[in-house]
Amino acid sequence: MLQQFADWLTYNIFGLVEKTKTADVINFFLYDSLKIILLLLVITHFMSLLRYYLPIEKLRDFLASHKFFGLDYFLATVFGAITPFCSCSSIPLFIGFVEAGIPLGVTFAFLITSPLVNEVAVAMFVGLFGWKITAIYVTAGILIGMIGGAILGKLKMEKYVEDYVWKIKMKDGAKKREREKFSWKVIKSISKEAVETTKKITLYVLIGVGVGALIHGYVPEGFFEEYITKENPLAVPLAVILAVPLYSNASGVIPIIQSLVAKGVPLGTALAFMMATVGLSLPEALILKRVMKLRLLLTFFGVVSLGMILIGYGFNWIF
Amino acid sequence: MNIKILGTGCPNCQKLEANTNQALEELKVKGKIEKITDIGEIMNYGVMGLPGLVVDDEVKVSGRIPATEEIKTILSGHK
Repeated sequence: MLQQFADWLTYNIFGLVEKTKTADVINFFLYDSLKIILLLLVITHFMSLLRYYLPIEKLRDFLASHKFFGLDYFLATVFGAITPFCSCSSIPLFIGFVEAGIPLGVTFAFLITSPLVNEVAVAMFVGLFGWKITAIYVTAGILIGMIGGAILGKLKMEKYVEDYVWKIKMKDGAKKREREKFSWKVIKSISKEAVETTKKITLYVLIGVGVGALIHGYVPEGFFEEYITKENPLAVPLAVILAVPLYSNASGVIPIIQSLVAKGVPLGTALAFMMATVGLSLPEALILKRVMKLRLLLTFFGVVSLGMILIGYGFNWIF
Repeated sequence: MNIKILGTGCPNCQKLEANTNQALEELKVKGKIEKITDIGEIMNYGVMGLPGLVVDDEVKVSGRIPATEEIKTILSGHK
């Protein structure tokens, strides 16, 4: 139905001639951006509702009061996935987790998965790659958090956390807060928030899909196959290393990545690049430097980069 | 009424401040908005998700940006 609407806009409203390059690019752009924005609206509504009743403070207390022998790593990554990641929250999150006595490794599991798996990334993946690859991607994001967190936990890095972090004591102000019962008013408020979230990233989505549509239309089929092959063992690590200093949000990068994959870039290499752009970045490092000593910060980035490289190889091997 | 906005200065915190200002204006209430950027002080409120909205030392919202309408409801309950 969306395709028919995009066709109608392209051929009837804009009067473009079918099967021409321009028409194809415009049609592709319209269809993909409509689909993604609709998906974003649906998923952000659902996630906003979930978060209204399950705020991070509650999730943290659940983690702190249940010792699960390894299952807490898994739970931390799942909580990371449902919490929206705003880099400005990473400091209070880090301190809050550590303060509640949650092990450093579990805290890292949360911090690693949170930017990688979130409602925006999931909506874009479903729209562009389909359910199957989305499911594999989410699993990969969770695995990277669990394994990375477990390794960082084993390294006993507690002494490389800035000293003042251990001294902060939290009050439970946010926990006592009353939440309204599910009602029309709550729905309205949540809906407004979801629309606001979607609106905020629409521009990035449009730019991303636009660039993606141009690549789809004008770059010849299999163009990248000559340069970036699966057989080249350096391609994945190189993609990760190049991407770390870059900073971008998922909404702009994923459509471009999808079009590159369509033109012959191996999926694993492209995903490793995308994960490194979204999950590791210089601004993020600068923020985290306030709570971590350099050695811990470098180890953190090193372990996560390694995880992303492995995931890249894994995807290239499966597909 | 003493209103505090907890946040380290990211765009989300600025958005919350703008919404709160608008809510005050629409309610025609005079209130002072104070911005708390010190991380130790933010943690003191038990808030981990930013931005946070505190009215008369009571945490009302954290980890999301409430719409102006919602802030109006919160503020009118506090007059």
